[in-house]
Amino acid sequence: MASIDTDARSRAGRRPNRLFKNMNAKLASLPMMFTALVVFLGGTIWTITYSFTSSGLLPRLEWAGLEQYARLWSSRKWLVSIENLAIYGFLSLILTLVIAFILAALLDRKIRGEDTFRTIFLYPFALSFIVTGLVWQWILNPQFGVQDVVRDLGWTNFNFDPLNNPEIVLYGLLIAGLWQGTGLIMCIMLAGLRGIDEDIWKATRVDGIGTVKTYLVVIIPMMRPVFVTSLVLIGSGIVKLYDLVVAQTSGGPGISSEVPAKYVMTSMFGGQNLGQGFAASTMMMLSVIIILIPWAYLEFGGRKRG
Amino acid sequence: MNHSVEIKNLDLSFGAVTVLENLNLDIHKGEFLVLLGSSGCGKSTLLNCIAGLLEVSDGQIWIEGKNVTWEAPSDRGIGMVFQSYALYPQMTVKGNLSFGLKNAKVPKAEIEKRVQRAADVLQIQPLLDRKPGALSGGQRQRVAIGRALVRDVDVFLFDEPLSNLDAKLRADLRVELKRLHQQLENTMIYVTHDQIEAMTLADRIAIMKGGSIMQLGSPDEIYNRPQNLYVADFIGSPSMNFIEGEFDGTHFKAGDMNMEMIGYAYVGSLTPSARRATIGIRPEHVITGELAATAPQRFTATVDLVEPMGSDTLVYATLDGKMFRIRMDGQAKVKPGESLPIGIDPARASLFDTKTEQRL
Amino acid sequence: MADVGILATTKAAEQIAPRTLDGPSGPRPKRRFSRANIIVYGTLFIVAVYYALPLYVMIVTSLKGMPEIQMGNIFAPPIEVTFEPWVKAWSEACTGINCDGLSRGFWNSVNILIPSLIVSIAVASINGYALSMWKFKGSEVFFSILMIGAFIPYQVMLYPIVIMLREAGLYGSLSGLVLVHVAFGMPINTLLFRNYFAAIPEELFKAARVDGAGFWAIFFRIIMPMSLPIFVVALIIQVTGIWNDFLFGVTYISSPDRYPMTVQLNNIVNSVQGVKEYNVNMAATLLTGLVPLTIYFISGKLFVRGIAAGAVKG
Repeated sequence: MASIDTDARSRAGRRPNRLFKNMNAKLASLPMMFTALVVFLGGTIWTITYSFTSSGLLPRLEWAGLEQYARLWSSRKWLVSIENLAIYGFLSLILTLVIAFILAALLDRKIRGEDTFRTIFLYPFALSFIVTGLVWQWILNPQFGVQDVVRDLGWTNFNFDPLNNPEIVLYGLLIAGLWQGTGLIMCIMLAGLRGIDEDIWKATRVDGIGTVKTYLVVIIPMMRPVFVTSLVLIGSGIVKLYDLVVAQTSGGPGISSEVPAKYVMTSMFGGQNLGQGFAASTMMMLSVIIILIPWAYLEFGGRKRG
Repeated sequence: MNHSVEIKNLDLSFGAVTVLENLNLDIHKGEFLVLLGSSGCGKSTLLNCIAGLLEVSDGQIWIEGKNVTWEAPSDRGIGMVFQSYALYPQMTVKGNLSFGLKNAKVPKAEIEKRVQRAADVLQIQPLLDRKPGALSGGQRQRVAIGRALVRDVDVFLFDEPLSNLDAKLRADLRVELKRLHQQLENTMIYVTHDQIEAMTLADRIAIMKGGSIMQLGSPDEIYNRPQNLYVADFIGSPSMNFIEGEFDGTHFKAGDMNMEMIGYAYVGSLTPSARRATIGIRPEHVITGELAATAPQRFTATVDLVEPMGSDTLVYATLDGKMFRIRMDGQAKVKPGESLPIGIDPARASLFDTKTEQRL
Repeated sequence: MADVGILATTKAAEQIAPRTLDGPSGPRPKRRFSRANIIVYGTLFIVAVYYALPLYVMIVTSLKGMPEIQMGNIFAPPIEVTFEPWVKAWSEACTGINCDGLSRGFWNSVNILIPSLIVSIAVASINGYALSMWKFKGSEVFFSILMIGAFIPYQVMLYPIVIMLREAGLYGSLSGLVLVHVAFGMPINTLLFRNYFAAIPEELFKAARVDGAGFWAIFFRIIMPMSLPIFVVALIIQVTGIWNDFLFGVTYISSPDRYPMTVQLNNIVNSVQGVKEYNVNMAATLLTGLVPLTIYFISGKLFVRGIAAGAVKG
C-alpha cells in the first residue's frame, strides 16, 4: 500500500517533457509558423537566390551572377521607373505630411462639424486604388474633364492634360494618390494632436506665444513619434505603388509613368522574364530596408538608451 | 500529519535573473500565513508557484501530502483570489462561481448546492444574477472569494486581495476575512505589502526580501523580536530607531550613551562576545513623562519637530546628535527646542550584530 | 488597406487610437466670425469640396446618358436621370468574351471574401491569443518574422507563392487566393489581436486556469466574449483590404471568369476595344466601391479606430 503511494507520488513529481509543454498553443500557432518561416522568410530567400540566376520563362538554378542586375540597371524602363518613384515619392511624402498636418490642426481647433469633415477626408481611403485611379482618369479626361470645363468657362487656352502628357503625368498620379492617402495620415496626426496635454496650450498662452508659432516650435517637436510613423507609412506605401498606375495610366503615355512594382509584375507575368522580376523585386526590398533601418534605429535603438 | 503546504528547496529563475532561491516553507493545516514584503521581493511569485501559474526551476511543492510541483493549477486543490478580482466580465455572478465547477464536470445539482452555500456564507445571494460590472468593489471581491469557496478546497491563496479597495472597505473586509477563516478553518496563504493586514490576519508571517524569507514567525515575534535589521526596519510605523555602537558583553556604548543590557533576552540564551553592534528601539517603546525618571536607562533628547496625530503624538528629537523618533500620548504637550527626558528599557530593545545584521 | 495598416510600429495602438475620437485639444477660437475662424472654416470647406468631388462626379456621370456626357460638363448634374448605365455595368458590360457584367466579379469577390474573412480572423485571433497569453519558446521569433515580412514588398514573395500554390494544386483557384489573403492579412491582424489581448488583465487568465480552463476553453469562453470590438475592427480591416485587393487577384487567379471585382473593373474600363461608355464605366466603378464605402459609412468611428490601431501604434 505504502509503496504504491510513493510510486504514484514520484510519478506525479516528474517534470513533464519540455517539448509537450504548452502543446495547444504550439499546435494553434502552426499556421503562423508556416506563414512566417515558409511563405515570408522562405519566399524572400527564394526570390533573392533566383535573382542571381538566368531564369526566363521558368525558374532555373543556373547561376548568372549579377547579370540580371546589370541588365536591370541598363534597362531604360527600369531607370524611368526608379526616377518616377523618386519624384513621386519625394513630392507625395512632403505634400502628404504638410496637407495632413494642416488639416489635422484645423480639425483640432474645436470646430463645428468635425465628424463630417473627417468623414469626407477619410472616405477615399476606404476605396480601392483601382477605383481611385479610374475616377481620376475620368476627371482628368482632356475631352470632358477639368480641362474642358475650364475652357468652357472662357480660358480657352487652358491646358491641363496630365494623362496624355509625359512631362506632367506624375502630377496626375500624385493628385489621385494624395486624394486617397492624406486622410489616413490626417487621422494619425489628429490622434497625435489629441495626445498632447491641454496644459501645453495654456502654458503657451500664458507665455504669450502665437498659435502658428506654438505649432511650429512646441507641438511639432512633441509629435516626433507620430511624424516618424507617418513617414514609414507613406514611405512603404510609395514603394508598393502599383494598382493606381495600372488603373489610371497603365504606365503611359509610353513608359512615362512606369513604376518599379509594375516593372516586376510585367517581367514576371507578362514578359516571361523571371530573373528580371526577381532582381527588380530584390531591389525594391532593398529600398524598403534602407527606409526602415534608420527608422528602426530611431524607434528602438533610441528607446533602449532612454 | 499536520502539513498543508510544503515548499522544498524551491528555485525560480528567468534566464540569469534569480527570483526565488532555495526557499523552504512549511505551512500547517488551518494556518493563516501571510507573505509580507515590499514590491519585487518575490512574495507574489511564490504564491503563483504554489498555484501552479508559474513553473518552478527546481525544488518541490507539496499540497495536502501530494507532490503537485508539475500539476495543473486546477488539479492542486487550491482556490485563488486576485487583487483585481479577475471576475469574468461577460458572466453573471453565478456564472463566475460555477465556471470552475463546470470545467471540472461537477454535476449540476452539486454546482447549485455549492454556489448557494458560498453565496450564503458571503451574503451575496441578491447579486447572483448580476454581472460584475454592476457590482461595487467590495461586492466584486466577495464574489472573487466565493469563486475560491465553491471549489471546496483545503488551501486558499490570496494575492493582495484588498489593495484595490478604499481604506474603510479594506478594514471591513479584513475583519470579514478573519471571520471567514475562523469559520472555515482552511489553510490560507495571503500575500500583502500592508503590515496592518499582516499583523491583524496572520497566524504566522513570512517576511520576504530578494526572493528569500528573512523571518518566519508569529506577528508578536516579528514585532518584538525581529531576527535581523531588515525585519526590524521593515515592521512598525514609524520605524525603529537604530543607533550604531559597540557591545562589550554587558553594555552597549555609542557616543555619550552607555547602556547596560539588563533584562535583554539574548538569542540562544548565551551572552554574545564583544563586537560592533546596532541597537534598535521602537518609538512607542521610548518611556516619557513621569515614568522616564524611573526607567532603567535615562537620557535627555531635544525636540525638533512635533506631529500631533490625534491618538498619539510623534516627536522627532535629537539624541546624541542623531535623529530619534518618539511616540507619545496624543495629549502630550511638547514644543520644538524643549529638552525631553526619556527612558529606555533594554528588555524591549533589539540588539543586532552590525556586520551580520543578525539579532544578538 | 491591410497593407497600409500593416505598417504598424510597436507602441500601444489602443491608447492613441481612441484619442482621435476624444474632444479637440487645440486652442478655442475666440469669436464665431473672427478672421481666424473664417480662414479655418473656409480652408476646410474648400478642401472638403476637393475630397467630395470625385464621389459626386462618379454619381452624376453614372446617371447620365452618353449624349448628355458628350455635350455637357462632368460636374453638371444630370438633366435626365437614367439608371441604364447601372444596369449595363452590372449585367452586360464585357470583359474579353464574357458579357455578363460586373455581377460576375462581384460574386467572385464575395466568394473570395467570405472564406478569407473567416479563416484569416480565426487564425489571426488565435495567433494573437497564443502570443499574448501562452508564450512559448520561439513564439516571439515567429511573430517578429511575421512583422518584418509585412514590411517587405509583396512582389518579393509573389512568385514563390505561385510555386507553392501550384505544388498544392491550388494555383488559379479561389481557395488559393483565399490562402494568400490569409497569409498577407496575418501580420496586421495578429498584431491587432495580440495587443488587444495583452491589455486584458493577466489575473483574469490566471483565474481561468485555476478554474481548470485550458487553452481553448479560455479562448472561447473568456477571451472571445469580451473582445467583440477588436473582432469588429479586424473585420472592417479585412473586408476593405480583401475587397480592394488587385495585385493578388491578378496574380493568383488564372482565368478571367474567376477574377475578383477590382480586376474585372479594371479590365472593363481600360479595355481598348469598342466605344468608351463613360457612364457605364463610372457606374461600374461606383459599384465596386460600394461595399467598402458602405462599411466605412456604417462603421464610422470604429473604422477610424481600426486604421489608427493598425497604423499608428503610437
